[in-house]
Amino acid sequence: MNMATKAAHIGLQRETRTGAVTVPIYQTATFRHPGLGQSTGYDYSRSGNPTRQALEEGMAALDGGCRGFAYASGMAAITSLMFLFKQGDHLIVTEDLYGGSYRLFEKIFQQFGLSFSYVDTSDVGLVRQAIRPNTRALFVESLTNPLLKVADIEGLAALCKGHGLLCIVDNTFLTPYLLRPLDLGADITIYSASKYLAGHNDTVCGLVAVKDPELAEQVYFHQNGVGAVLGPQDSWLTIRGMKTLTIRLDRQQENASAIANWLTGHAGVGKVYYPGLADHPGHDLMRARGKGFGAMIAFEVTEPHLVNRLLMKTKLISFAESLGGVESLITFPQVQTHADIEPETLERLGINHLLLRLSVGIEDKDDLIADLAQAFEEGE
Amino acid sequence: MKFATELIHGGNPIDPEHGSLSHPIYLSSTFAQRSMDHFGRYDYARSGNPTREALEEAVAKLEGGSTGLAFASGMAAITSTFLIFAPGDHLVVCEDVYGGTFRVLSTLFKGWGLQVTFVDATDQGAIAAAIRPETRALYLETPSNPLIKIIDLAAAAALAREKGLLTIVDNTFMTPYLQRPLELGCDIVLHSGTKFLNGHSDVICGFAVTGDPALGQRLRFIQNAFGAVLGPQDCWLVLRGLKTLKVRMEESQASARRIVGWLQEQKSVAKVYYPGLPEHPGYAIHNAQASGPGAVLSFELTDYKTTKRLLEGVKLAAFAVSLGGVESILSYPAKMSHAAMPAAEREARGIKDTLVRLSVGLEDADDLIEDMDRILNR
Repeated sequence: MNMATKAAHIGLQRETRTGAVTVPIYQTATFRHPGLGQSTGYDYSRSGNPTRQALEEGMAALDGGCRGFAYASGMAAITSLMFLFKQGDHLIVTEDLYGGSYRLFEKIFQQFGLSFSYVDTSDVGLVRQAIRPNTRALFVESLTNPLLKVADIEGLAALCKGHGLLCIVDNTFLTPYLLRPLDLGADITIYSASKYLAGHNDTVCGLVAVKDPELAEQVYFHQNGVGAVLGPQDSWLTIRGMKTLTIRLDRQQENASAIANWLTGHAGVGKVYYPGLADHPGHDLMRARGKGFGAMIAFEVTEPHLVNRLLMKTKLISFAESLGGVESLITFPQVQTHADIEPETLERLGINHLLLRLSVGIEDKDDLIADLAQAFEEGE
Repeated sequence: MKFATELIHGGNPIDPEHGSLSHPIYLSSTFAQRSMDHFGRYDYARSGNPTREALEEAVAKLEGGSTGLAFASGMAAITSTFLIFAPGDHLVVCEDVYGGTFRVLSTLFKGWGLQVTFVDATDQGAIAAAIRPETRALYLETPSNPLIKIIDLAAAAALAREKGLLTIVDNTFMTPYLQRPLELGCDIVLHSGTKFLNGHSDVICGFAVTGDPALGQRLRFIQNAFGAVLGPQDCWLVLRGLKTLKVRMEESQASARRIVGWLQEQKSVAKVYYPGLPEHPGYAIHNAQASGPGAVLSFELTDYKTTKRLLEGVKLAAFAVSLGGVESILSYPAKMSHAAMPAAEREARGIKDTLVRLSVGLEDADDLIEDMDRILNR
């Protein structure tokens, strides 16, 4: 079955009593037991809820996992996965990763005795060099935030397998529509589903898919134990959003490609980071995958004052954090999404005072380009 | 402002824009900014959401704290709170702690080097004896689940303060209507808000409240970094549930008292655990620190067969996990709330296989008694 069909059928009911085709919102904390030692399969909604389960099964289906898990946020998903590790364990992590993940690793998990090495995961050789005897996992963003470096998941997964490491892929920027890491050998995929999967800037949620049943059992234990689960109404909204995943992304990619090309020729713009541009280092890898180049663009303006002008003057494109929704958003990574990373690291990576990040929505591309064009102009 | 008024008006300032009496549900995951130098009060909904904030402020006020935080579940609140500690730190925990809390302490946090001693916290001497140089906090539940043991919170908090420890109290069974641990000197109050605070068996949620600004800041940092936050629709449902907290608690408590009286007269009932009974060993302490015995009681039947018949035969009380809802819930701790605890640990704590726990809801007490009478006596 193709992705568009799988997506449209998430939560589709085969229920006979009412014939409802969408899964009901089970806004219940607890479930009545038929008898002592018996269960309907649901006991307490933290442990399992039918609406959340429909979403979790949908996630597993899209990603080719044996099981899916839904969390209160993308960060809650990452935190819950960190409970797979113990004091003394070492993880290799993408260096230009999302600031929230960096903050979590450095400010909370380091204190609990986990250690992290930050490397350029678009280079398999650098990842290999970072492996230590106590390394337990690789945590890699398949398309990095905000510089859009492309990771060779197949190569990384093979490296992990050879060294007995878990390969965890944050696939938020690509979604299963553009990349299915579990098919390429990864063990776990993780999503801030607040972004493309839910896709409407209206739900904060995290999703995980796991390949191996035994590992999935451990992930479940922590999901239930820690309890950072997604509520039933948000689960339902996420299902609803995921049904249009492929058509949204098709349009978003088309728009992003047009905008990236337009930015490249603009006098106020320096570097443009977009994997669809032929000079982008990840271009060939993504072209070979044949699914498109995503809908995130990062670019540098030529003058510092242009940052404020663009953030303030765009009318259709909102100055707000987050990404992946139907509405286009623009952010300033250095002070917003990546504020928790050390200034020297940001500078070295190229996340500087000139860099803006654009999440392209599904508005008409001509309107978006006209909005950017007028924002670059002087005056009100 | 008195409690009943606080419940109705405390967390619910009338919406200045449209005059709505009910707080709007803000489903937005992100908030547009007007300036690149000065971000608005909200930027990303994990970090702050107006609906969640209204609920957090309401719960903080009810508990007499300055920071309230809403989480995706009671366990998410508890786990987030444990993240303030570091490997090597030691906690003294009441021995009949909720099974889910026992599970995270004995598995997840054990793997990260957090040390725990479980003690009979009704005995202040036992608490004092368990304190070591690396002890950082006391973690208490009173009344405890399911044996309804009573811990002297003021005495425990005084001891903790003297030793430089935090006192953390799970106040789920009492709610701030009946007991306010921060006023007794405790530092952090936790809730499974799923229970009495929300009160309708329809939302999974948790809370942490503190009166200490530095501790509040640390917990808020963890809430945002970990991200186990409560979604806006669930927040709104809890705001709605809170409005009837006092009337629900009063009614359920009155029914619980009547049911306890009736249970004590039944030949098939071996023992009743309820802090409203003068013969309860914690009666005096409970009366001194709480304004009522609450609506949860436990009782032992004389044999397993009767226990099974009761659990499977009741019609009005749902045989289910959880508690604190408008519906009465009869549960079986050995296989439910304390299933995560190994059998030997459970037996040692006195949680027998003839023990049932009743959370009294809003049905008429006569009907609830009649329902049990039908099974036990006919």
